[in-house]
Amino acid sequence: MPLSRLKHMKKTTRSNLITFAIVIVFYLVVQILSGAGVTSRSFEGQLVPICAYVMLAISLNLTVGFLGELSLGHAGFMSVGAFSGVLLWTVLGDSVPVYVALPLAFIVGGVVAGIFGVIVGVPVLRLSGDYLAIVTLAFGEIIKNIINACYLGIDENGLHFSMTDATSLGMEPDGKMLINGAMGITGIQKASTFTIGIVLVLITLIVILNMINSRTGRAVMAIRDNEIAAQSVGINLTRYKLTAFVMSAVFAGFAGVLYGLNYSSLVASRFDYNTSIQILVFVVLGGIGSIRGSIIAAALLTVLPEVLRGLQDYRMLIYAIVLIVVMIFNQSPQIVAWRKRIVARFTGKKDEKKGVA
Amino acid sequence: MSLLEVSNLGIAFGGLQAVSKLDMTIEKGHLYGLIGPNGAGKTTVFNMLTGVYRPTEGNIILDGKDITGKSPEAISKAGIARTFQNIRLFNEMSVLDNVKVGMHNQIQYGLWTGILRLPAYREKEHEMNRRAHSLLKIFDLDGEAELKASQLPYGKQRKLEIARALATNPKLLLLDEPAAGMNPNETEELMQTVRSVRDQFGIAILLIEHDMNFVMGICEEITVLDYGRMIAHGDGKAIRNNPKVIAAYLGGD
Repeated sequence: MPLSRLKHMKKTTRSNLITFAIVIVFYLVVQILSGAGVTSRSFEGQLVPICAYVMLAISLNLTVGFLGELSLGHAGFMSVGAFSGVLLWTVLGDSVPVYVALPLAFIVGGVVAGIFGVIVGVPVLRLSGDYLAIVTLAFGEIIKNIINACYLGIDENGLHFSMTDATSLGMEPDGKMLINGAMGITGIQKASTFTIGIVLVLITLIVILNMINSRTGRAVMAIRDNEIAAQSVGINLTRYKLTAFVMSAVFAGFAGVLYGLNYSSLVASRFDYNTSIQILVFVVLGGIGSIRGSIIAAALLTVLPEVLRGLQDYRMLIYAIVLIVVMIFNQSPQIVAWRKRIVARFTGKKDEKKGVA
Repeated sequence: MSLLEVSNLGIAFGGLQAVSKLDMTIEKGHLYGLIGPNGAGKTTVFNMLTGVYRPTEGNIILDGKDITGKSPEAISKAGIARTFQNIRLFNEMSVLDNVKVGMHNQIQYGLWTGILRLPAYREKEHEMNRRAHSLLKIFDLDGEAELKASQLPYGKQRKLEIARALATNPKLLLLDEPAAGMNPNETEELMQTVRSVRDQFGIAILLIEHDMNFVMGICEEITVLDYGRMIAHGDGKAIRNNPKVIAAYLGGD
């Protein structure tokens, strides 16, 4: 019996399987509903962003929940990933078959974001707490402003690059603009689909969950819980902090490519401070250190503003109230205790053995 | 050759000479005590031995290798493990995982082996679990393997710290006040455990402790520190009758 086997599994394995099941069931339900023509157009438009935000929330949770460092620049990694991936996609264009160009775009996006992760991580991971948060915040803003000032074009003489304006590129008249400063990349051949998004979410889940439940993940969590003790058992702090941080950046890069290929144009101002905070809100609301929570929070909170569109001006008010209520429901000790009592009453199970604090 | 040879060890924090001219020799498989009044510099000695502080003078030789001023990570690999006066467990991790983190450099596999769940992953995790459970059994923590470390009662947290230190497969184990906060029964039990750990693993143990029954009961040699200097050294009987020691503890002259 599969169910009885589920009972005998290790707690973490079982919990991970449930997480995978939630994602797959969500995918199947959406496919069935859209096949039946029940879903609205605006909802279908949200599907790829949902996947991107879920990936972002999972990857940020690696930094915030498992490495224990507050990063406010996650949108920066998303941005460099999106721009490098989408740029490659537009350059390759029709010259390369889709099944080669598309994976290549994702790989390049992830690798470039990872390289930025190393560049930012090496100096920043010497800091901790507020200082780390401030530097990552600055990183996100710097990236946004640099890309906003980038002009890149291509003609028969090759690539032209400038940081001032489009005319100083000195291109032939038949040249093609690739990045047009604050206007970003335009005329993108849309390639992201819900299926690609879900596949990427599953890959993100497999890699990050397997990493957490391995020697590397234990080292990262040990550093989070107590740096001095971690060092005393022979863990190299810099190495494992950097591993977690870079991995977090790589998946933000993948998510960026997914997001970028969902629209016909891509501008850097889309990946600003607000986006970083929004991702952090998903992580905090879903529960710091809870991957499943991140997924659910990211999906619900991405859909919510669309669902509330009919309420017009009250939309953001209700969004804010929902945030506060969920926060209280998840974090307040009294409410948590109350929830446990309710669950205990329904399942008839006694309270879990209480530990001594 | 002795396991640990400390010669002329000293450290100054600015103008404060916390420890000076400390000589100590530790033989394989022996139990040593380091005692002294509060503020004598005992934990500072531990911090120098484990690389938390860099000594300003002197040498530390472990098993013929100079480890003076090396990083805590390198010293752990060289074979010194420790516990802390104020317990430092990985609180949000399970009891089992705490011990498995201790095996970080004993049983190794890479990042990708873990992510891709290659055959080596299964094999090495299995070996880790086996060893961790047998370590936990020694400390009677086997039943609590899946609990979070922070959920353990105080006495068991102290034991888990020792188990985690042993998981690093040390040659020398440093225990910083292992019996602090324990009742007489727990202390008695801990004495048995420390002795059996020494016998089973054949390692040397150096411990700081204020509970004199504990120290006199199990330590074969005792070093007494006061104001950062060694004032006495010898077996329990010699220490108990040493006038300098009595003066340091009770205030003489």
